[in-house]
Amino acid sequence: MTAPGNQTSAGLLAALAASIADAGVKVIDLTHTLSPDFPTIVMPPELGQSAPFRMEQISRYDGNGPAWYWNNISFGEHTGTHFDAPIHWFTGKDLPLNTVDTLPAADMIAPACVIDCSRQAAEDPDFLLTRSAALDWEARHGRIPARNWVLLRTDWSKKTGRDYANLTDDGAHTPGPDAEVMRWLVEERGIIGLGTETIGTDAGQAGHFSPPYPAHHYLHGAGRYGLQCLANLDLLPPVGALIVAAPLKIKHGSGSPLRVLALVGG
Amino acid sequence: MDANRVLKGKRQSYDGIVAAVPVTVPYQRYSIESGHWWIGRALKALAEGAGLSHRDFDGFAVASFSIAPDTAIGLTQHFGLSPRWLDYIPMGGVSGVLSLRRAARAVQAGDADIVACVAGDTNHVDTFRRTLSNFSRFSQDAVYPYGAGGPNASFALIARRYMKQFGARREDFGKLCVAQRDNALRNPNALMKKPLTLEQYLSARPIADPIHLFDCVMPCAGAEAFLVMRDETAKSLGLPSARILSTIERHHAFPDDEIQLRGGWAVDVDELYHIAGISPNDVDVVQTYDDYPVISMMQFEDLGFCKKGEGPDFVRNHTFTIDGDFPHNTSGGQLSVGQAGAAGGHLGIVECMRQVMKLAGPTQVEGARIGLASGFGMINYDRGLSSGAVIFAGGGG
Amino acid sequence: MSEPLPGPKRKNPLARTQQPLLPPAIRSRAAHGLTLAAAEGRFAIQRCAACNSFAYPPRDACPHCLSDRLPFVEAPSSGVLAALTTIQVSGDSYFRERMPWRTGIVTMDCGPQVIAHVHGDCIEGEPVRLSLQLDRSGHAVMFANPVSRTPDMQDDLQWREMAADPRDRRILISDGRNPVGQALARSLVRAGARTVFVGVADRWKPFPAEQSLRELAGVEIVPLEMTDERSVADLAADIGAKVDILVNTADHIRPGHIFDGATTLHMADAMNATLFGTMRLARAFAPVMIARGADGHHGAAAWVNILSVYALANLPAMGSLSVSHAACLSLSHWLRTELAQGGVKLLNAFAGPLDTEWFQALPPPKLAPAVLADAVVDGLRRGIEEVYVGDVANDITARLAANPKALEREIGQ
Repeated sequence: MTAPGNQTSAGLLAALAASIADAGVKVIDLTHTLSPDFPTIVMPPELGQSAPFRMEQISRYDGNGPAWYWNNISFGEHTGTHFDAPIHWFTGKDLPLNTVDTLPAADMIAPACVIDCSRQAAEDPDFLLTRSAALDWEARHGRIPARNWVLLRTDWSKKTGRDYANLTDDGAHTPGPDAEVMRWLVEERGIIGLGTETIGTDAGQAGHFSPPYPAHHYLHGAGRYGLQCLANLDLLPPVGALIVAAPLKIKHGSGSPLRVLALVGG
Repeated sequence: MDANRVLKGKRQSYDGIVAAVPVTVPYQRYSIESGHWWIGRALKALAEGAGLSHRDFDGFAVASFSIAPDTAIGLTQHFGLSPRWLDYIPMGGVSGVLSLRRAARAVQAGDADIVACVAGDTNHVDTFRRTLSNFSRFSQDAVYPYGAGGPNASFALIARRYMKQFGARREDFGKLCVAQRDNALRNPNALMKKPLTLEQYLSARPIADPIHLFDCVMPCAGAEAFLVMRDETAKSLGLPSARILSTIERHHAFPDDEIQLRGGWAVDVDELYHIAGISPNDVDVVQTYDDYPVISMMQFEDLGFCKKGEGPDFVRNHTFTIDGDFPHNTSGGQLSVGQAGAAGGHLGIVECMRQVMKLAGPTQVEGARIGLASGFGMINYDRGLSSGAVIFAGGGG
Repeated sequence: MSEPLPGPKRKNPLARTQQPLLPPAIRSRAAHGLTLAAAEGRFAIQRCAACNSFAYPPRDACPHCLSDRLPFVEAPSSGVLAALTTIQVSGDSYFRERMPWRTGIVTMDCGPQVIAHVHGDCIEGEPVRLSLQLDRSGHAVMFANPVSRTPDMQDDLQWREMAADPRDRRILISDGRNPVGQALARSLVRAGARTVFVGVADRWKPFPAEQSLRELAGVEIVPLEMTDERSVADLAADIGAKVDILVNTADHIRPGHIFDGATTLHMADAMNATLFGTMRLARAFAPVMIARGADGHHGAAAWVNILSVYALANLPAMGSLSVSHAACLSLSHWLRTELAQGGVKLLNAFAGPLDTEWFQALPPPKLAPAVLADAVVDGLRRGIEEVYVGDVANDITARLAANPKALEREIGQ
């Protein structure tokens, strides 16, 4: 098998490794630290709730384990920087390979197009990405290729705590895509998934859209994925970053916290 | 009421019954020995005093707070006794009178010939506190958790009421304490060896108002003992003895009294003198149970030396030293000799025996023929429940 | 007259903290009839069911007729202080460091003589009113009080040993999002608490009462996630040595049938928030409280649990709440024994349905959080151990005592 430029694939990997080693290719961590006080998705309290991250110490070089330190951890599948599998949404429930343990390993590495909406999101927490804004982006950076991640840069990951969740008595106010752009990205561009810096691939107010939660609706209905609570998207180029996003292999799992890495050329 | 019911009979006399061989094992403030050790010393002294083997004692009455987990039964094996009559009387300040009464009747009935009545207790550094904390169920439930002042606090309440009701003053109590100390200075076995003045008494530190330091006895280790037998037995052994003229006991008298201002003697005092065939005026020497001077004052009233409420005046009008007009607690009493646990209830009996037997040596009262010793004890809750008394006459044996 | 007790000074870092000692704690089984009454703030002594005479100290037969039917019943608490003494010397270590100590004999109007602790404002020969209190060992004792209130009477030092007065004390309320926690903060500030720390979980989630809590003088909002070991430990590291009274308001109320899929999850959440939350709090805070049980006149005094009365009898409509609070109740008995080492009391306040959102579907009567909060303050001032607040709580306990099976059948209908 050969790769572009008539390089063997083995040679390509060797070159990549060398390039990572000398920082010609940078590895950027797009992950937040999993911690107990990181905000999680909020549902009305009478509904089931996703457990926040918790850690209980088993031993720390003490009577419960003299030479070793370890902890028990617990969390919901959709905690911290996490991956949504198609089965997470009702629209993807009958698809094949729709859980984190069955999804194709090759899907875990894919390039990304980064759409910078940070200025608009700073002005309007309810900012929505529209198809025309996406088309404007294509006009500058070229057509969004199929099987690419679209990452929505809002710089929301720089906020913390209350500002990050941005909850008021009518729900969360965080940016995201509108329904039309989601249908278009999935059906017309064939993206592999959408990544956001906020809690959820959908906007905070997306429950009021038609269909409600369009990112979840269209992505998972087509067997595509979501990444949320990403960080450091401001360090990525508009095109050309390679995303490594491998969720935990949880039997019948609907998603999982994970470490998301981006490889970026010099 | 059924007219045929017979509820009351006539109390029999104690004719022909004597107490002999008064024994005191010298007291120590603290001892590392056990209660058993002290009782053993007393038994040995009794045997030597009687010129017998202790195996010849066919009756054994023992009073102690510090022989747990044993009772009198365990002590028979411990000391190699094989008695045919046994009693265990861990009843504090009245145990001496109770032992004597029970032994006297046993001898009178022929159940035993020679009864050794022994009281002994040790006093380890923490014994007194431990004894207080589990002295009685009512005390454990309803007294000790209230400041844990022990008998000092309980008798403070009684003394306070007595003073208020009858006009007793601290000086009156002090007069008794000072006289006892004077007596104790003649008793080589007394733990208190320094003179006490009324000024020192009055200026002592408060313990629980109105009780001050010199109103309190000092807990210590020690033993007291005597033998009870028939007069003819004593004579055959060549032992001097004290005749038992009369003796009484009473428990939980006057339950309706709000606060204790009298003891059970008041119920039985007429019978006490009637059986003895004497009147209070005939008594030459008196040994009251003196855990606190207010109790001695109460006994002057209840034992017929004056009327109820006249105790303070009685004290003001008499002198209580060995050579006084009312010789009282001639050994120094518990206040100056020390309180050796259950032996405290035997101290006055043993001293009284010595007095009428003319064996008291340095504390001997001139011409003492008839003596009275009393016991009082067991402040189970708010009052001392038990009272007893015995009248001895010399000339036995 | 009682001297007003000045507020605590700042701790002298060079002075050793006094080790908590306890008064004598051994009682007969019968005497625990008094413990039961004292724990609930009632005054009860034995009264013979055969001859109606009152008896004290507790015993196993009537001294008047030898009947063994001697129930503890509510009794008139009036009497006269017949004799009074001030003990200056005690053989017991606890009392020794608290001398002088006033005790006396009270002749009760209903008959018995009672040896009692005596409030400093009682006068010998005058009428007094007895109450049963739990002393630092957690056992019932008789306490003679003046018949009518006297100035600063709550500052009598002997009384303070019996009570857990929040005045001038520092208090942690575990959950400020809870309306009960908010009401407690207001009541405790009103009761003169020095500082009221109010724990708030998920600080990134706003809540309506936050502003009014913040504006309350003496209230300090602190981060506290009862479900997070680390968060609890971090807070204890910050303020653990300052918490004199801890009020645990942990609850997690989700109605549901036992076989609903979500109920297991709700149950687990409820147990995590309440039972395990209480354990985490206890682990982080209780050891320091125990060590500070005799830290001056304002040392650690009490742990309070706010519990549903349905901890005693499961209300199917609130099944998981009932189960989780039943577990908390059992835990509280364990914790009470542990806290007793330091003379720190544990007060359980039992409430019926509250007038809050989670009890929306239940019919009245419902308990206002402010009423519950005031009852807790009152319970602390009286040093009691069990408080049943409101009509429903008292109804449930009475029915439980009368016929638990009848209650079980009726409560589910």
